[in-house]
Amino acid sequence: MIKFDRRLIKSFDWMTFGIIVTLTLIGIMTIASATRPAIEGADRPDFYLKQIVWLCVSLCALFIIVAFDYVWLQRFAYVFYGIGLVLLLVVLVAGKTSLGAQRWISIGPLTFQPSEFFRLAFIAGFSAYLTSGVAGGLGRLTWPGVFFFAVLPMALIVKQPDLGTAILLFSLFVVLCLVKGLSRKLIAGVLVLGMIALPFFGHIFWEGLKEYQKNRLVAFLDPEVDPSGIGYQINQSKITIGSGGLVGKGYMQGTQGPLRFLPEKHTDFIFAVFAEEWGFLGSLVLMALYLMLFMRGLDTALKAKDDYGRLVAAGITAMFFVYFTVNISMTLGMMPVVGVPLPFVSYGGTALLSNFIAAGILICIRTRRFELFYPHIW
Amino acid sequence: MNLRVVQVSALLIGLVFSVLLFRMFQLQVFDSDRYKRLAEENRFRIVKIPAPRGIIYDRNGIPLVENIPNFSISIVPENVNSLDVDALAELLGMQAQELQEKLLRKDRSPFVPVKLKQGLEFGEVARIEARKSDFPGLFIETEIGREYPLGKVAAHLIGYLGRIPQGQANNPDFKNLPPDAMIGQWGVEKLYDADLRGTAGERVIEVNALGRELRLIRQRAPIVGKDVHLSIDIGIQMAIEHSFGEKAGALIAMNPESGEVLALESFPSFDPNVFARGISGSEWKSLMESKKKPMLNRVLQSQYPPGSTFKIVTAIAALEEGVVDPAMRVTCTGGLSHGGRTFGCWKKGGHGAMDMHSALVHSCDVYFYEIGKRLGIDKIHKYAVAFGIGKETGLGLVKERPGLMPNTEWKREKRKSPWYLGDTFISSIGQGAVTTTPIQMAQVMAAVANEGKIYQPTLIKGDYSPIATVELKPDTVRRIRAALHDVVAGGTGKNAMSSLVPVGGKTGTVQVVGKSSGLTGEKYMDHAWFVAFAPTDRPEIALAVFVEHGGGGGAVAAPIAKAAIDAYFGPRKRSADPGILHKPVQQKQQESTGD
Repeated sequence: MIKFDRRLIKSFDWMTFGIIVTLTLIGIMTIASATRPAIEGADRPDFYLKQIVWLCVSLCALFIIVAFDYVWLQRFAYVFYGIGLVLLLVVLVAGKTSLGAQRWISIGPLTFQPSEFFRLAFIAGFSAYLTSGVAGGLGRLTWPGVFFFAVLPMALIVKQPDLGTAILLFSLFVVLCLVKGLSRKLIAGVLVLGMIALPFFGHIFWEGLKEYQKNRLVAFLDPEVDPSGIGYQINQSKITIGSGGLVGKGYMQGTQGPLRFLPEKHTDFIFAVFAEEWGFLGSLVLMALYLMLFMRGLDTALKAKDDYGRLVAAGITAMFFVYFTVNISMTLGMMPVVGVPLPFVSYGGTALLSNFIAAGILICIRTRRFELFYPHIW
Repeated sequence: MNLRVVQVSALLIGLVFSVLLFRMFQLQVFDSDRYKRLAEENRFRIVKIPAPRGIIYDRNGIPLVENIPNFSISIVPENVNSLDVDALAELLGMQAQELQEKLLRKDRSPFVPVKLKQGLEFGEVARIEARKSDFPGLFIETEIGREYPLGKVAAHLIGYLGRIPQGQANNPDFKNLPPDAMIGQWGVEKLYDADLRGTAGERVIEVNALGRELRLIRQRAPIVGKDVHLSIDIGIQMAIEHSFGEKAGALIAMNPESGEVLALESFPSFDPNVFARGISGSEWKSLMESKKKPMLNRVLQSQYPPGSTFKIVTAIAALEEGVVDPAMRVTCTGGLSHGGRTFGCWKKGGHGAMDMHSALVHSCDVYFYEIGKRLGIDKIHKYAVAFGIGKETGLGLVKERPGLMPNTEWKREKRKSPWYLGDTFISSIGQGAVTTTPIQMAQVMAAVANEGKIYQPTLIKGDYSPIATVELKPDTVRRIRAALHDVVAGGTGKNAMSSLVPVGGKTGTVQVVGKSSGLTGEKYMDHAWFVAFAPTDRPEIALAVFVEHGGGGGAVAAPIAKAAIDAYFGPRKRSADPGILHKPVQQKQQESTGD
């Protein structure tokens, strides 16, 4: 039997835990409102019930992760990363196509998006790589490292194509390099090279995009091009948010979602539905929760007991931040529509589970920040 | 990982939050009103319900127009991809190709219904309704079409409907109308459009993004347009429908005791149903460019010399002014010489000795030259103007022409020359510079029939408004009436004699070219006039008939006047005497008045 350390409960990161559970509950509430039928008396779709079930599953996963030291993560990091790469390959070959992009694998009744697993595997794997010494100590990044942790995953993801994950991977790569303290000159050099290469790869990338993705980019640049067509999502999202006003229309009083003017209302555009019903003041509260989550994550990274924990904590915080920023900017019409969910709030079971696992690791790192002085539990 | 990296990261996070919050503030606080309005526009669909248009009735309650419901089929392209286009095309009797094009038009919004077919009849709709559930999003709308069962009869009077002209949609007159509303464009339909139109209703429906109607938010029923009851006796107009043949011309009949117009017909006419269905460019062009000018309302818009019908005015002026003893005789030798010119009488051999009565009956020109000379043009002008010649009557149906009554002042100002006696001669017999419209001559006839009262001509039943009275001696009226009676009883107007009522009248024949010119062909033929009233003892109808290039007034115009008078008095006489059978046409009319 595992000996349970009481100090675990005492030093448990209740703040992070409280924030993510609150966000998830807000999400469930908003999902229920967004998917309610427009005609009274009609059946209410059970999206919010499914999300509650997934929350329970995710909570269990979180507690299990917190119960163990995260050494196991470092130990099996390359294994996870390898599995992640294989899954990306599998999805290219045998994945389910949704909206023209292959992102899904079916396992029994579950559909599973490998990129949700891969992003965690990447954080674990690349952090392990950067702390292993293989990287060549401080300030060095070897070419095999660049190939395995940048070129290869990027190629696989662009091939799908999955814009959201591509943005995330790029950000994580830069953030982890910075946190590790690699030469800023080097990172700047890579960035400049990337900028120069962008027109060439940009062309290849543009050609590789699916029609709907191209349309989204065009629509972002000029939403009035065709308000009923490609600019539709952006316009409707802005209308949804803007019509909420200062105090909102009230819970279950929003019209844009249930009347189906707003597409993806309970997934990618859930923030718009929330903002419509709770207004600017409600949005402020939601924003404050996320701000606290990110600041706490930074603090965790700062206080982690070892380099690996530091990198992983920074990576996970960066991941949440990138998803949050991309999603909110997109719903506010400040970015092209990229299919990125809002962490913890958007509907989606496997995404919620994956986010809770990530948050669990974050909590685990914080909870065990003094354990350098204690023996490992296992 | 050092503190600085954390600080930079915190700064970056703060920056991103500031930008996002600023944007949220912009959308939710600054521009919130605009987005609220857009959200409402999303949610509500406002459907205008056209108001049934008022019906136009004749004085006997016969409807002159009909509202025919017809149907249109629209579809909300909720899921066009899964639609069985071939089956729908078959159901609607359309080509699948054509249907596909309508459904997949690039410029349409995917959330707005597409009108697939219009003008469907009830039978077709019943068939489609039965299979409606096979095609989600299909719905049927009722529209109200206007039909003119009389066709060309009274088309100038009734007019027609058309769509709101382009660029006029913002005109306050057309506010609150559905964008594809039909409005009165001509005739009574235009003149009384505001009454007939009614008020469109409105349905505000909450819809979802797919255009599916969820619930009715509020509804305002349309207010049916007011009916218009005309003073017209449509029986008269139906009776004379073919009497003009291919000729252009006009007929106007009035009730002399009220100014109510009993008949108003202009030839050639047009079919208003063509307009109601939506006229094509080429049809419109051919109507406008036709030599016969079918769109010209000749009752109000054609002005010609009144010819001998004007002698009534000259005679009244002479009797009232006392310039002549009615018994005085003037010998007509077929012409009168003055200033080296011969002013001929229409009868070359001359009429012999003529007094006022016989001069009117036989329309002797020489007699009227003589009394015209005694009166002088300005006195003739005084009476002609008092009877309304030279001025629009103000019926309002179309832009009227005024005609012209000359006098010395007019000639001095417009022609820059003095008035000569010769001008008086030809003016006395209604030639030369004198021009009138048919409605003015009908008004003259009405004033004779009612002893000098001038009424505002009106198209509305029971709308009496006297505007002036020409003071006439009873003796003058008696003498003129007696003479006009004899014109029909045994003079130039014999063809107007009716078996139903005693008719009084006066012929007029306007020379287009001199008799000696030797020119032939229709465009050189004389214009024919006939003015009449009946019965002579207590007149109920006064009318004017004009036939462009028709020939002699007595030969051509008088029979038309008779047909109109018979049509007016026929039904009354028959209902007073049930022994006479109804004509089938009239029977049909009475059936339709039953409801």
